[in-house]
This record gives sequence, structure tokens and C-alpha cells, in this order.
Amino acid sequence: MDKGEYTPGRDTGGKKIIAELRGVSKRFGAVLAADDLNLAIAEGEFLSFLGPSGCGKTTALRMLAGFEAPTEGEVLIDGEVVNTLDAHLRPVNMVFQQYALFPHLTVAQNIGYGLKQRRPRLPKTEIAEKVANALELVQLQGFEDRRIWEMSGGQQQRVALARAVVNEPKLLLLDEPLAALDRKLRKEMQIELQNIQRRLGITFILVTHDQEEALSMSDRVCIMRAGKIEQIGSPQDLYDRPRNRYVAGFVGSTNFFDGKVAGVSAQVATVTLSNGQDVTGEAVHDVRPGQDVTVSVRPEQIRLSATAGEDSLQVTVLNRIFLGEHTEYLVRHDSLGEFLVLAPRIAELNEGPFNTGDVLRAFWDPGAALVLENT
Amino acid sequence: MRLYSIFVYLFLYIPIGVIAIFSFNAGRHASQLQGFSTQWYGKALNNPFVMDALQTSLTVAFFSALFASLFGTMAAVALQGIKGPLRTVFDGLIYIAVMIPGIVIGIATLIGLVTLFDLINPAIAAVWPEGVTAPKLSMGMGSLIAAHTMFTMALVVIIVRARLAGMDRSLTEASSDLYATPMATFRQVTLPLILPGVLAGFLLSFTFSFDDFIIAFFVAGSETTLPIYVFSSIRRGVTPEINAIGTLVLAASLIMLVTAQILLRRGEKRKT
Repeated sequence: MDKGEYTPGRDTGGKKIIAELRGVSKRFGAVLAADDLNLAIAEGEFLSFLGPSGCGKTTALRMLAGFEAPTEGEVLIDGEVVNTLDAHLRPVNMVFQQYALFPHLTVAQNIGYGLKQRRPRLPKTEIAEKVANALELVQLQGFEDRRIWEMSGGQQQRVALARAVVNEPKLLLLDEPLAALDRKLRKEMQIELQNIQRRLGITFILVTHDQEEALSMSDRVCIMRAGKIEQIGSPQDLYDRPRNRYVAGFVGSTNFFDGKVAGVSAQVATVTLSNGQDVTGEAVHDVRPGQDVTVSVRPEQIRLSATAGEDSLQVTVLNRIFLGEHTEYLVRHDSLGEFLVLAPRIAELNEGPFNTGDVLRAFWDPGAALVLENT
Repeated sequence: MRLYSIFVYLFLYIPIGVIAIFSFNAGRHASQLQGFSTQWYGKALNNPFVMDALQTSLTVAFFSALFASLFGTMAAVALQGIKGPLRTVFDGLIYIAVMIPGIVIGIATLIGLVTLFDLINPAIAAVWPEGVTAPKLSMGMGSLIAAHTMFTMALVVIIVRARLAGMDRSLTEASSDLYATPMATFRQVTLPLILPGVLAGFLLSFTFSFDDFIIAFFVAGSETTLPIYVFSSIRRGVTPEINAIGTLVLAASLIMLVTAQILLRRGEKRKT
């Protein structure tokens, strides 16, 4: 790769780079688990790797932790190449998916484990003090002498977090840390993780397959597919300007309509949908006339009305779900198929509510549609 | 089917039960019950030959169990790091080692050691200073311990391997992630977690060595272990004294086996 080439993953907005992947690939036998990853992580940021299982996100994390060595490329932590540096020598700590707490040690011994390994040795009083502070941070005061198996799943999660942050690592790696918790607890922990990250200012790198988790907590999200980075950006960036169909589908819910580009002018593309109807949309990335593309329209940007012009789509209401603030309609177009519409309460008061079987017109503002690469 | 299994158990355990019952016989004949008495236990424990053999057996059992659990654990930990066909071969060899009949191990060890001593003894004599009697390696306590270590080590490997396999791999990764060197990880995480297995392996090895007659018979040389003593005194007729010794050995073995089981169970619970 050309050194001068602009790579969005390398742009940290002028902040200090704490860790970096430079053209990193990892091969397990015939499987290419990570394929030419380029990414710079800024000090103090909260970055997530998001993707389905097997997309290489965990491999990327394990290469940062030191459990895997890259086949090609360089892994840098704080400016130093650490490709073959063993995990125990890296200033990095990890929160494991199943927590990996030591069952033969107490809560306090688990948290103090990393501090105990330091050479020269830390005084016992200092270790005890730091452990007490860490317990306070995760709100587990008084649990010092408990055994791990006496703790609930949520408490174990907190111990695992305390065991990692107590060492004040340069990078805190979190491997699907909330996957084992129930929904309510997961929400609470999401907020708590964010608070802790802000208070400590430690760089957090999270691996998750849960888009909501990634979007709600991170400063930047790195979307992965089949070992490659598809797009890196702030949650809003990814939501508003997805690079292709895959990213758009991964970030929030959306409706896709297949079509062919009829013409492009100044980032606005006219697309002929499969039913012959022309729609216009913003072309986030360059598209050529004649190219097969996908038009993505978010459900909340589609409006329903009994009275609308010719250029709208005629649809039949299949289902209606009242969600309080919003009402979700599943509608069907004769040739374009089914899609979702999210109507806000205010629109419902204006016109509607509509019932199953109603024949309506669906339309959206010209700027609401995105024309995306078909991949 | 149930009746059948009851008969199988009776068939297995009645002879053992009879020995235990007759060890409390007041009379001096093995075939006639003549009231209850513990005199034969006293006789057995006051017999200097019995006590001598017991001491030999305990020493051999202790040291062979110690070496077996040490080397067996080392082997198990090393095998954990091996993958692929090599591991399958090693696993197979370990299981075969457990199943080889004692008599084969006995003969093989005897021939092997005799050949070895024949090679080494002249060599030692050659380098030994003039005028001093050169030491001669021969069958005895050393060969007993070596042979027992060899055949009980496979047991330890299997037990410790099972513990290691049940251990979450992320635990050693977590330890490494928390700055522990590989040695520190072994000491602080792996060893404490497999310790119940190691102890159970020690107790089983001890029991197997203590009870072994066949292999000991081949390699004991001039030493007499308790099973060898029992065998040789039986040729002079079964006395209640022999029954008493048998019952004591049985009780000691059972206690150790139960302790080993409890250790393994406890370890199992703590693992999760």
C-alpha cells in the first residue's frame, strides 16, 4: 500500500495513537481470519469491533492482547512493534467472554492477581488499597473474601472488569463482555462501562456482535466482514453514510430496494427500481450509470398517507405494532415486496392510525434515500 | 436381570467377606469359626517378619507414588501442549501401559534390569579405585520402586490429563494477560487447579504399589513386601493371621481409594 494513501482507519483526529494495526493479516491453516487490517486507535477512545461471528473481530483483539501473532503486518502498542511480544509483557488487559476468573482464589485475590506479578514487588498495603479502590469502582465493596462461585453472573462480570482496570493498562480489551448477561443487566452494564471508561480515561476496545451495544457505547465503530474492515467511523457516520449495503444492514434497521443507476449528478443518483419506478437518492460513494445498486431507506424516514402523488408507492398495510412513541407498520408493495415503516406519534395524530388491509401511498424525502454499492 | 446382578456381586464379594470374617476367628483353623476374637490382629502386628515386610511395602509404595505423581504430572502437562497425530500416539501408549498385564511388566522389567546391571556393574568396577570393593547394582528396593513408578505413572497421567482437559484454557490466558510468566502461571493457576487430580493419582499409585504382588515378585530380589510375605506364608497353610493381614490391607486400600474419589469429586465441583 502507498504510504501517503489516506486510510480512514488511520485518522485519529490528531490525538495520540496508542495502538495501531498496520497491514495485519492472520492465517489459521487455510483460513484467513484477518485480512490486511489497518487501524489506528487514539488514546482514551472507546472503539468497537462489530461483526457476525467468524468475521475476525476476536482475532484482531487476540493479536492486540498477545495471544496470537500476526502472519503478516505489524501490531504496535504505544509506538512499539509488539508482534511477537508475549501477552504477559504487554501493558494490556482483557475482560474475557466467560470472565475466566480464577476459581481457587477469592474476589480480592483475583483482582490483585495482576498487581502481585509486578517486579519489583508492590507492598502488600498498596495492593490491598488498589484492590479496595477497584472494588469500589465496580460497586462490590465488602465482597473481598467471597469465592467466585458464590457470585452472580453480573457480579462476576464486575470482578472481571475490576481485575483488568486495577492494573491501569494502556488498552483494555473486552471480548463480548456482556453476552452472558440478561437484557436488563446488559443495559445497566453498558452505562456503567461507559462511565468507568470516562472516569479512568483508559482506551477501551470492545468486540461485539450486538450492534446496539457497539453504537450506544463507542466513539468509533469498526465494522468487519470475512476478516476485512468494511468501514470505520462514529456511530452517526455509519448510520448516515454507510459505505455499502452490508454496513447499512448492520447499523440500525433499514429497507433495501434493488435497482439500476439511471443517472448521476452531483452525488445524487437516479435509480430505476425493479418495478420500473425511478427514485432519487444520495450516492454516498461513487456509482456509475448502469451499475446494480441498493437503495436504502430507514423505516423512520418513510411516511404513509392515503393521499399522495403519483411518484409514491402504493402499498397495503400487513401489520401494525404500537410501540408508544412510534408505530411500526409492515407494508407490502406488489412488486417491491414487504418493508417496514416507523411512524412517529405526531404523524399518527395527523393522519391515521391505519389498519391492516388499508391501501395507502408510501413516500420519502429525496434526501432520505441512500444509493449504496450492492455488496 | 436384577437377580443376576445380585449373584454377580455376591460371587465377587463373598470370598472377600469370608476372609474378613475369619480374621476375627477365635480358633486357629481357617475353615472353622470358633467365636469372636481380635487376637490374630495382635499376633500379626507383633510378628517381626510381618512388620518388616510392611515397612518395605510402605517405603516402596510411598516413593513410587511420589515419583509417579511427579513424573506423571510433568508428562500430562507436557502432553497438553502437543497436538495432532503425535498426541494420539502418546495417548494410545499411555492407555496401553495401563492395560499391559502385570506379569509382562514383571518379566520385561526383570530382563531389562538384569541386562542393564550386567552392562553397568563391570563399568563401575573398572573405574572404581583399586583395593576398595566396588558397589554392585542388584535387584532390591531400588528396582522395586523403579518398576512400580513405571506402571503407576500411566495412571497419574490419565487422571491429571482429565483434570487439565476440563480446565478452561482462558484461565491460563487470563493469567498470562495479567503479567504472570509461564512459570508463575503454572505455579499459581494450573497447579492449584490440578492438585486434587495429582493427589488422587498419588493415592491410587500408592494403593496399586502397596497391593502389587506379581511385579514385585519378579524384581524384589532379596526384599520381601507384604504381598510376597503373605504368598510365601500361605504355602505353609492359611492361618487367621494371614486373614487379618489381608483384611488390614483391604481396609487401608479402600480408605485410600475412597479418599482419591472424594478428592476428584471435590475438584470437579470447584472447577466451575
